[in-house]
Amino acid sequence: MNKEGQVRIPSGCAISGIFAKDGRNISGEVISNSMTVMHDRSNGLGGGFAGYGIYPQYKELYAFHIFYDSARAREECEKYLEGKFEIANMSKIPVRPSDAIKDAPLIWRYFVLPNHNTLADSLLDEKEYVARAVIEINTKLQGSYVFSSGKNMGVFKAVGFPEDVGAFYRLEEYEGYSWTAHGRYPTNTPGWWGGAHPFALLEYSIVHNGEISSYDANRRFIEMFGYKCTLLTDTEVITYIIDYLVRKCNLTLEETAKVIAAPFWSTISKKSEEEKRHLTYLRTNFSSLLVTGPFSILLGFEGGMMALNDRLKLRSMVAAEKGKMFYVASEECAIRQMEPSLDKIWSPMGGQPVIVKLDNLDNKED
Amino acid sequence: MNTINAGNMNYCELNELVRGNAGDIEINGCLGQRYIGAGQNGKTITINGVAGNAVGAYLDGAVINVNGNVQDAAGDTMNAGKIIVHGNAGDAVGYAMRGGEIYIRDSAGYRSGIHMKAYKDNFPTVVIGGGCGSFLGEYQAGGLIIVLGLGLESGRAVGNFPGTGMHGGKIILRGDYAGLEVPPQVKLDRTCEGDMETAAKYIKSYCDYFGADYAAVMAGEFWRMTPNSTNPYKQLYVQN
Repeated sequence: MNKEGQVRIPSGCAISGIFAKDGRNISGEVISNSMTVMHDRSNGLGGGFAGYGIYPQYKELYAFHIFYDSARAREECEKYLEGKFEIANMSKIPVRPSDAIKDAPLIWRYFVLPNHNTLADSLLDEKEYVARAVIEINTKLQGSYVFSSGKNMGVFKAVGFPEDVGAFYRLEEYEGYSWTAHGRYPTNTPGWWGGAHPFALLEYSIVHNGEISSYDANRRFIEMFGYKCTLLTDTEVITYIIDYLVRKCNLTLEETAKVIAAPFWSTISKKSEEEKRHLTYLRTNFSSLLVTGPFSILLGFEGGMMALNDRLKLRSMVAAEKGKMFYVASEECAIRQMEPSLDKIWSPMGGQPVIVKLDNLDNKED
Repeated sequence: MNTINAGNMNYCELNELVRGNAGDIEINGCLGQRYIGAGQNGKTITINGVAGNAVGAYLDGAVINVNGNVQDAAGDTMNAGKIIVHGNAGDAVGYAMRGGEIYIRDSAGYRSGIHMKAYKDNFPTVVIGGGCGSFLGEYQAGGLIIVLGLGLESGRAVGNFPGTGMHGGKIILRGDYAGLEVPPQVKLDRTCEGDMETAAKYIKSYCDYFGADYAAVMAGEFWRMTPNSTNPYKQLYVQN
């Protein structure tokens, strides 16, 4: 079968998210159901979910979700993992086989911590150590693909319609305070399991509806910092940009949004002197990370979620609130499916991030 | 009048029921089904719930009443008839609209009235009661867009870049728009009597549909945006 990058297919996608600011548990079934009303935005070539707070029993450990093409790939990858990590628990991810989901790879889950001595010898901080291991597996070990690598969170994705993917992974058996979802309608590449959304590295996960025209410019820049875009699909690069700007450069999420969806110079020129200086700094210093073309994205991270549209707002996105609950989706109907009666519903402006966080989170951003 | 409970019904099935029904019809529990009322004439369709994308696309004379919000591209390429929304509209309301009237009680999204056009007796009109997003009237070629700015807490009712690519038709804005940034090909000035004569009819309808105070609405200040010549972009790409 042709994989990403070998074929170009001329598209829509659907995204949906739910977040409990009070940290209450939401079943994965809720987010899966929200996707059913946007069925026609996908074409069955990719669906996926990211849940946060779903592994409380292992919340201090990195949860690796890995696709294997073969038992041999698994053997090779496990050998690699054993050399770098203490593996506290490993198992197949439970699935519910169905006619709707075909050609499943081997899907395994590992709860790991970096091996103490190896980590110390590497002179890297823990997250960088883990990120490099993930990138190494994905680029060097044939037939192994780590698609989720954060703590107390997990990505579940496949080729299929999102609601079928949710049933396949038995999402009703997981509970978390935050969920994002994606239904894929691939535009440039054929759908395969690794190419489904969300794309995740460490705690960051991205679902994306759109098409990034700056992909190659962004890729060339980000690959200078050790990231490798292995999937030739545009969403992957956004995940690395976020990881780079937030984890490595310590930008706030608001600043990150101003880099990837930078305001026009004409808009900047109308701001106050201080704001003008700040925005000009961000646009100039990170000019290669401006993401152009239509997008609406949801970024999941530990304790929060960010929704962002491109600055021209070329994709639809609606946000809503009800008490401590936050909802966001490509279409209002997906939100109403989750909660028919809302306190507030609005369409965020292009380039203006909507950021929600857990109430009791130590807020180092502000 | 016949009633349909939409719920999770597929949009094809729902639209077949609407098409097959000769008289007026009411849809309850609508949850994002697309293309409702597409191409319909000679009936009134009442939608309770959220109407999906492109409600009233190619509408040809039917009246669609929505008790709720509409998603993107309501009235896409509609020819005639009315869409009356007791709520908000998503992006691109009145997309490439060629005739008929759309009334949005509250606010509308980005690119309201994009590519609207008029021809002879076909004169499309969109009335937005609250505010709207950026790129209002983008590439507008004809017809009338009215933004009333009612119920806004502060600021202007239009976002950035109104009238981008506008080359025909008219936008009327209620409120103080002195100094609003518009493209060089678009002229911004106060309305004249002739403008308001045409607009009054639509504003009256808006007030009747949604119970607004007509006298109070008309007492506001009105500005207009129009292309500043008959061929404002003649030298944009090549001399023609």
